[in-house]
Amino acid sequence: MTCISNLKKIGVSLLALSILIPLVINSANSAYAQQKVTINGAGATFPFPLIDTWRVEYQKVNPNVNINYASIGSGGGIKQFLEKTVDFGATDAPLSKTDFAKAVNPVHIPETIGSVVLSYNLPGVTTPLKLSGPVIADIFLGKITKWDDPKIKQLNPNVTLPSNPITVVHRSDGSGTTFVFTNYLSKISPEWSSKVGSSTSVQWPTGIGAPGNEGVSASITGSPYSIGYVELAYALTSKMNYATLQNKAGNFVIPSIESTMAAVSASASTLPKGTDPWTSVSLTDAPGKNSYPIASFTYIILYKELSTNPSIDAQKAKSIVSFLSWAITDGQKFSKPLGYVPLPPAVVKIDQQTLSALTFKGSPISTK
Amino acid sequence: MSSKDHRTEIVQSIHSKSIKSISGDKFFKALVIGASIYALIMVALVFYALTEGSLPILFKEGLHFIFGTDWNPVEGREAFGALPYIIGTLVSSAIAMTIAVPISIGIAIFVNELVPGKIGTVLSFIVELLAAVPSIVYGLWALFVFRFWLRDYIEMPLHNSFGNLSVFGQTPFGLDVFTAGIVLAIMIIPIISAVSREVIKSVPHSQKEAAYALGATRWEMVRTAILPYGKSGLLGASFLGLGRAIGETILVTMIIGNAVGLSAIPMSLFSPSQTLSSIIANEFNEASGDLHLSALIGLGLVLFVITFFINIIAVFIVSKVTKSNSNLRE
Repeated sequence: MTCISNLKKIGVSLLALSILIPLVINSANSAYAQQKVTINGAGATFPFPLIDTWRVEYQKVNPNVNINYASIGSGGGIKQFLEKTVDFGATDAPLSKTDFAKAVNPVHIPETIGSVVLSYNLPGVTTPLKLSGPVIADIFLGKITKWDDPKIKQLNPNVTLPSNPITVVHRSDGSGTTFVFTNYLSKISPEWSSKVGSSTSVQWPTGIGAPGNEGVSASITGSPYSIGYVELAYALTSKMNYATLQNKAGNFVIPSIESTMAAVSASASTLPKGTDPWTSVSLTDAPGKNSYPIASFTYIILYKELSTNPSIDAQKAKSIVSFLSWAITDGQKFSKPLGYVPLPPAVVKIDQQTLSALTFKGSPISTK
Repeated sequence: MSSKDHRTEIVQSIHSKSIKSISGDKFFKALVIGASIYALIMVALVFYALTEGSLPILFKEGLHFIFGTDWNPVEGREAFGALPYIIGTLVSSAIAMTIAVPISIGIAIFVNELVPGKIGTVLSFIVELLAAVPSIVYGLWALFVFRFWLRDYIEMPLHNSFGNLSVFGQTPFGLDVFTAGIVLAIMIIPIISAVSREVIKSVPHSQKEAAYALGATRWEMVRTAILPYGKSGLLGASFLGLGRAIGETILVTMIIGNAVGLSAIPMSLFSPSQTLSSIIANEFNEASGDLHLSALIGLGLVLFVITFFINIIAVFIVSKVTKSNSNLRE
């Protein structure tokens, strides 16, 4: 008997302890947590390395703010943003008309720029190949099937081209890269626009699909006489041959961070306000003699009235705005080493205006 | 302690034991029933979720969703048909089965009958190790190593000598239904051979001895005693492998070439194609349009129904074979 009652006593005191300890810890936590803020975001995979660098670097600027970013793809990012399960979404393509209407007053904040390069594997050809928009469209439509086609020869008179068949490689997974590339082809070729169109995944008339930039690049490097498209950042770090493209002004331009920046600067004056729809915004086939023709923004999306998302409180709203203000200014210095194109000043200015137009419960957000 | 106390104690303990064993029986019964109900409910829920998710596309496309060949997710011109991916799934699995079943049964016979004992055990252990390799490792190996080998030493020679036959017609690239089928075969061989080995092991010695007694050679013994006796088990093993091949996703995505729409119907062994599960894996992440999402869930439903029917056919064949076997034995 005594043994049992002893056990009981121990049990009761253990029970009491197990209730008390978390209580004590919790109250200590909540006192501590008052300055700690976690911002949750989800979306495009393309800007993930940059956003992840920001997450680490911003800890040094403001140790109380944690950034959580899940790179689940633009489609998923938009979905979670609309369902208000994340504080911000990220997408490579601007919101479609339907999604823009579905969200209540969303804003677009371009946070970095990417561009797409045409990469190829042509044994024996050492000088960079020159290509134009219509020729690329014809290759991807399956109308130009051999490397020594007169249309390719005409652009490259000094190159001896083999007569082997062209193997076209495209992305098999839905991707912002595909969106930018098909957006460019739709602009440049009426036939592409009517037959295929532009989207994150399209009905490819020809070729082989490979998942991810790595998949496309592995397919190209392993197979002579193939051509495909990859992100600039990826092409710069891997040893791939890439083509110089003819831009709107008629010049052949090498894909690089500088030529992409030139394209963005040339388009900056036509950009809408951050609170307007961006559906039709596109940096492809930009004017300007040094502009590289296949470039695109990638966006952070927020609600103009931040409290639209019930999980955002006043303090979090402030933290989001401070973080993004930092990301589009000081944060841009991390772009180049990672192969991203920094925002030109004109775009930074548009972003700053967008951020200052944000409100929380009707009143503007001061980041001071 | 008095002897009476002792007796009551024993009686009590027996009593409580029998109570315990009764409640244990009940508990066990409830557990088993619960487990099977759980499995049934899960299947029903999966079916419900797939059907509900694919309603929008089924209403829009109707039967055309099954027999259509268009796959256009571009906003404003959506059209979705599953036929190319159904064909791609069946063709790649058929190639895999054609290769894997004879090899697996061969391995099983070899291990059991020709090298029984330690060598056989070691050999089957090595084959079963293949089953532990994750499919993405097979995929990477196939993408970076095997497909070049296959293209240069098998596909190219076949194409060069028999290129006028449409089966070998297309210029090989190494990423096609043929590669996918072969790598799938490598992946399912350990499963089929492991089950087949057990099936062949269970063939009674008396059957084999009888065959030998009638003057059968080793091959005749295998043909007349082992194969007929183990037919239903071997079929079951094969269907187990087929189920794995049909649903395999990431490996197939890496090497099948992922064509879309009409061009995903393989016109030759060396054409790129696409399976139901690979296109879901490819496009699900970035599917933003409601119809596109619904179409992908619809493909899941089609895959579910195909697997379901294959299982029914398997059960049917196995039961038929077993019946004819028991007739034989009588």
